[in-house]
Amino acid sequence: MDKTREIICIICPLSCQIKIRVKNKKIVSLESNGCRRGKEYAEQEFYNPQRVLTTTIKVKNSDSSPLLPVRTDKPIPKEKLRECMQYLANIEVETPIEIGQIIASNILKTAVNVIATRRLKS
Amino acid sequence: MRIQKVDVAVVGGGPAGLAAAIAASSGGAEKVTILDRNKTLGGILPQCIHNGFGLHRFKEDLTGPEYAQRFIDRVEELKIEVKLETMVLNIRPEKKILAINAKEGIFEIEAGSVVLAMGCRERSRGALSIPGTRPSGILTAGVAQQWINLEGYLPGKRIVILGSGDIGLIMARRLTLEGAEVKAVVEIMPYPGGLTRNVVQCLYDFDIPLFLEHTISFIHGKDRVEAVTIARVNEEKEFIPGTEKFIDCDTLLLSVGLIPENELSSSAGVRLDPFTGGPVVDERRQTSLEGIFACGNVVQVYDLVDHVSLEGDIAGKNAALYALGKLKQPKRLIKLIPGRNIHSLVPQLISGEDMTTIFVRVKTPEKSVKLKMGQGIKEVKKPLVNPNQTLTSTLSLKELVLLNALDEVEVSIIKEGRE
Ligand SMILES: Cc1cc2nc3c(=O)[nH]c(=O)nc-3n(C[C@H](O)[C@H](O)[C@H](O)COP(=O)(O)OP(=O)(O)OC[C@H]3O[C@@H](n4cnc5c(N)ncnc54)[C@H](O)[C@@H]3O)c2cc1C
Ligand code: SF4
Repeated sequence: MDKTREIICIICPLSCQIKIRVKNKKIVSLESNGCRRGKEYAEQEFYNPQRVLTTTIKVKNSDSSPLLPVRTDKPIPKEKLRECMQYLANIEVETPIEIGQIIASNILKTAVNVIATRRLKS
Repeated sequence: MRIQKVDVAVVGGGPAGLAAAIAASSGGAEKVTILDRNKTLGGILPQCIHNGFGLHRFKEDLTGPEYAQRFIDRVEELKIEVKLETMVLNIRPEKKILAINAKEGIFEIEAGSVVLAMGCRERSRGALSIPGTRPSGILTAGVAQQWINLEGYLPGKRIVILGSGDIGLIMARRLTLEGAEVKAVVEIMPYPGGLTRNVVQCLYDFDIPLFLEHTISFIHGKDRVEAVTIARVNEEKEFIPGTEKFIDCDTLLLSVGLIPENELSSSAGVRLDPFTGGPVVDERRQTSLEGIFACGNVVQVYDLVDHVSLEGDIAGKNAALYALGKLKQPKRLIKLIPGRNIHSLVPQLISGEDMTTIFVRVKTPEKSVKLKMGQGIKEVKKPLVNPNQTLTSTLSLKELVLLNALDEVEVSIIKEGRE
């Protein structure tokens, strides 16, 4: 059975609403994309949507800032966002911390690291 | 009272002020001082922990704190003086600044030139007049962002967000990931206020409903918000009876726009532009008062921090030249007037002597249009214009020659194919 789905392209401000037809979990046709980049984006979004996660981590010993902002150094699969949040909720760090410092490596076996985005002095 | 003398005083240490201070110091001003009421430099950026900053300036996708740190490092290298937890109380046209902090008490700064970089503030409920009770649990999206990202408090568990600007959208995702339930984002206009990327990645990714052409018709609850009623609006923005929906919630976030922070500017006597809400500036970012410059969200609410930093560079460079007595005042200034579908533009005045980039915000989205300046001076095709994105257009020297014959020039958006 064919199914149709719409994917809004976010690559440029035109925001094309790309229509895809899906059969056996595969894209069989794609239309209304304004350009090639839209096709690539829609395929990526359909087969393996990925997002950068940004959040905060508890800081144990800081009186100036109770939280450290962090991000994943590469996008992670979209369906892992919540699991990743849960994992990070249980982590605590101590100052000093440098920007780019790895806070959790190879998170949920994704080969992606979670890194600090703010410098916290001790 | 102690009087301190500086070459360039920068009021506000957000991205605009940081860039201005760096440009002023690099441009030869010896003593540059940044004054900010916050505990840290960076303005709003330390709380903007999401990515999306610096794509133009650094060709990198940075978070707010990372973007800010690049400038803070440079400020330290250049040994620019920074006075934090320092509130500026008053600025006088003769470039005297009155400020207060715990260490020095009230003090005065006599500056060679001043850069205004106070940013903007969020519209709050007072500006909206929604019927209903006045319970707790109503706050602006930016305040919620500060609580969650800097202090570690969740403002509530069941949230409704009024307004679909980028801050509201970013907060919808942030709250959801932190375990709150965002029940609805309600937008009075027929299109979302924020970028498509944020609509997709902050709402659709988490199945958060977006109600367009809807607004809140009533707030319920005695001590704490208990629910809101939303209703569809017609073209006159009046509620359509029978379209009401009752949504129970414990928190209402407002993301209904930003206003440049210009109390200091107007009490100094700086002329303000009714369209931008900020000072009228020329291309060097000088205000109506000689030697007082302005940049960033205090001038016009920008969508991208990159534009803000760019404007800081310009203001800082010229503030240094002024303080050193080297800034040539223009012979005359040509007025740029907002025309069809233009909400506001910056700079409002240009000398016509140097290449200049103008920043334009439109009123409503339109497809297949042209940005037009004057009669036959410049026309640029734009496949799409949108109120949530600043348009930029650079005037070349050739175009400036044409412009120089005029006293004022209208800038407008026209339909393609129409003359
Ligand atoms: C929630 C949110 C999300 C955003 N997301 C993005 C994004 O994804 N990408 C992007 O490019 N841009 C984004 N922006 C826009 C960008 O952050 C702003 O454009 C930028 O921070 C504006 O810089 P500014 O220096 O003009 O103002 P601000 O950052 O507001 O700094 C102004 C400073 O002036 C100080 N000040 C004001 N009055 C006084 C006074 N009287 N005395 C002393 N100090 C004073 C304030 O304390 C503050 O530190 C976002 C903005 C917000 C609010
Ligand atoms: S498909 Fe091409 S034109 Fe359409 S939004 Fe994507 S990048 Fe832009």
